[in-house]
Amino acid sequence: MTKRLQTSRRTLLKRAGAGALVASSPLLGRFASAQSAAPIKIGFQQHSTGIGAAYGRWYGRTTDAAVNLINEAGGINGRPVEIIAEDDGTDPKRGAEVVEKFANQHNCDVAFGTLFSHVVIGSAPAAGEQKLPYFVVSEGHHVASGALNRYTLQPGITDVKSQVQAMAPYVAENLGKKVTMIFPDFAFGHDHRDFFTAAIEAQGGEVLEHIAVPPAETSFTKYFPKIPRDTEVLYHVMVGPAVLTFVKELGEFFGPSSPAIFGFIDSLEAVDLASPGLEFLEGTYFWEGNPRYAQDDQTSYDKNFRAAVGVDENGASVSDASDVSTYAHMFGCWETLHIIKAGMESAGYQGPEDRQKLIEATEAMSEMEESDAHPQGPKVFNGKTHQAFGVQYISRVENGRLVKVHTTSIEDTMYPDEVDYTTQSF
Amino acid sequence: MDFGPHLILAILEGAVGASVLALTALGLSLVFGVMRVVNVAHGEFFMLGAVIAWFVATTIAGHPAVGFLAALVIAPLIAGGIAVVVDRLVLKQVTYDPEATIVGTIGVLYILQQSALMIYGPEARPVEPPFSHRIALPWIEWGENGLGFYFPWGLSTTSYKLFVIVAAITILLTFWLVMSRTRIGLIMRATQLDRETALAFGIPVQRVYSIVFGFGAALAALAAVLIVPIQQAHYLMGHDPLLLSFIVVIIGGLGSVRGTVVAALLIGMSDGIISVFLSPTLSKIIATLLVALVLVFRPQGLYGKKMA
Repeated sequence: MTKRLQTSRRTLLKRAGAGALVASSPLLGRFASAQSAAPIKIGFQQHSTGIGAAYGRWYGRTTDAAVNLINEAGGINGRPVEIIAEDDGTDPKRGAEVVEKFANQHNCDVAFGTLFSHVVIGSAPAAGEQKLPYFVVSEGHHVASGALNRYTLQPGITDVKSQVQAMAPYVAENLGKKVTMIFPDFAFGHDHRDFFTAAIEAQGGEVLEHIAVPPAETSFTKYFPKIPRDTEVLYHVMVGPAVLTFVKELGEFFGPSSPAIFGFIDSLEAVDLASPGLEFLEGTYFWEGNPRYAQDDQTSYDKNFRAAVGVDENGASVSDASDVSTYAHMFGCWETLHIIKAGMESAGYQGPEDRQKLIEATEAMSEMEESDAHPQGPKVFNGKTHQAFGVQYISRVENGRLVKVHTTSIEDTMYPDEVDYTTQSF
Repeated sequence: MDFGPHLILAILEGAVGASVLALTALGLSLVFGVMRVVNVAHGEFFMLGAVIAWFVATTIAGHPAVGFLAALVIAPLIAGGIAVVVDRLVLKQVTYDPEATIVGTIGVLYILQQSALMIYGPEARPVEPPFSHRIALPWIEWGENGLGFYFPWGLSTTSYKLFVIVAAITILLTFWLVMSRTRIGLIMRATQLDRETALAFGIPVQRVYSIVFGFGAALAALAAVLIVPIQQAHYLMGHDPLLLSFIVVIIGGLGSVRGTVVAALLIGMSDGIISVFLSPTLSKIIATLLVALVLVFRPQGLYGKKMA
């Protein structure tokens, strides 16, 4: 026997009345939005696989360490932080899907953590559409260039334009003025090409040759004959799974007669400097976002940061000395999470309806002291361009270790604003 | 760089690429020739070879040459063993039907690739070469004092790269001897020529198929062990060798050993030379264009026989 479900007019009226009463009750409304123990969900767009996998692994460890610390100290606004990590395969298309998943499926409060510039560029429009605050840790100039949107911010790591601009004077003064550049052939490499070329020309130098290498390339010797013979400085920056091959083949190509070599540590992130075949790097220079080897003047902040993430004084995992970190970049995750915390606290963030307030609170930030929350160094955040500026380091390889030889000022890295995101509507 | 030294460097780079490509493509060609099976998972057996080489080389302590030599034996054996299992579990079950085997091996491709990701991880890891010395190469030039030698800037190779070329030639010759002079080679050729008649003469065709499939995979794995000290092992590294092997096998003629070697030289060398002088993308475009031309004007390939 089946019971027929039929709503009589009387019960309908009763229910509607009860519903209206509940909905209009001020008490209930207050209760629903009051502090709950529900966690703040941060969607972590992680490069677990694909060409960014080594970075993804260390970005993951840094993120976990920072979240543990934040939760131990009481979380954000009294609520625990939960990281929801999704692999984007270091792929722009999947990146956009991951961002949509964060917004619609996981109901994340914010998204965070993307490194590779092409993934950021591919994912940012999705974050804008979903109105999901998107805190990237990428270095690319695309945030500050105005190419993205109001929901995308980069408060925890500096961008390539400011980095190379601060490097050019040192390169021109100490290494030489005729430069040949080797860089990966995608957005990040193009930032290097465009901005370093301009910066070295401003120092009276010139770039003799631009050599672009596809980021998925596995053999490199064929590119090196294009290096002109009168090159004084070879400028290299490379990413992807084959970086060790790249640097090794560079050494094999030059043998004993190489020009001065200045590289971005990206070419050797997650690679042991003591790997066989890298001996020729002795005496060459590297940009470092954060010195991999603990320096003589190490701050207590750096010490605490290393201990929390599990990195030894050589920049490798404390549990496996051959597992070298991406030390020059991963601090960005740590600092960004602390900025999200600061932003949510100053905005009184309660839930997704406060996302705009969070963006405005972050835009209002400016100076950030060197501290346990900012172990890499002091920073200045520009709320208009959504980009942080900070000190940069130059290190020289001495006895197989990277030794810091120069620290730029923050002013060295500044350039005029190219966009004002605060004028864009939400 | 001057034109002469530049060209020599390009040829050397091309020769290393061509050697490894010849071995990989030979495995693919053998499997197709004997079994009429298009093995889409071939590149993954190449990847397996490299990954196993890394495991072997890191497990065995001592001089890197010991680990490398062990890898040279163990990696092809394991990859071949896995291929035999695949043959029994997948290919035999679909009775070697051409369409079904393509779909089946696509499945195998993903299983192997994702298993490698789960077990080995997403990192690229290096295997130390057994030996590697930088060899600066001389160049002749007509100078003030007549003909003289000098060492141009950047013209160099390593002893290991030369070893790869020599090793590949040795393996190719051995392969040819096995195919033409031994009983197992005779049986394989008989099966290739006419499966039914071979069966009628008491050749255990099913077992031959298993051996051939395993042998093809082992060749790919061997090629990978040779290249891994230069390029590092990575779970996605099977893609390019697969694509290039197909190009080589189509140009050379499916199932023809001679055609495979000639086409591998052609593609490998042109890839080396064109990408040095012009651009790597252009060399891929030309290789693909060559495939299209061969398919239009000589569908059986350079050395292939017309199918009845």
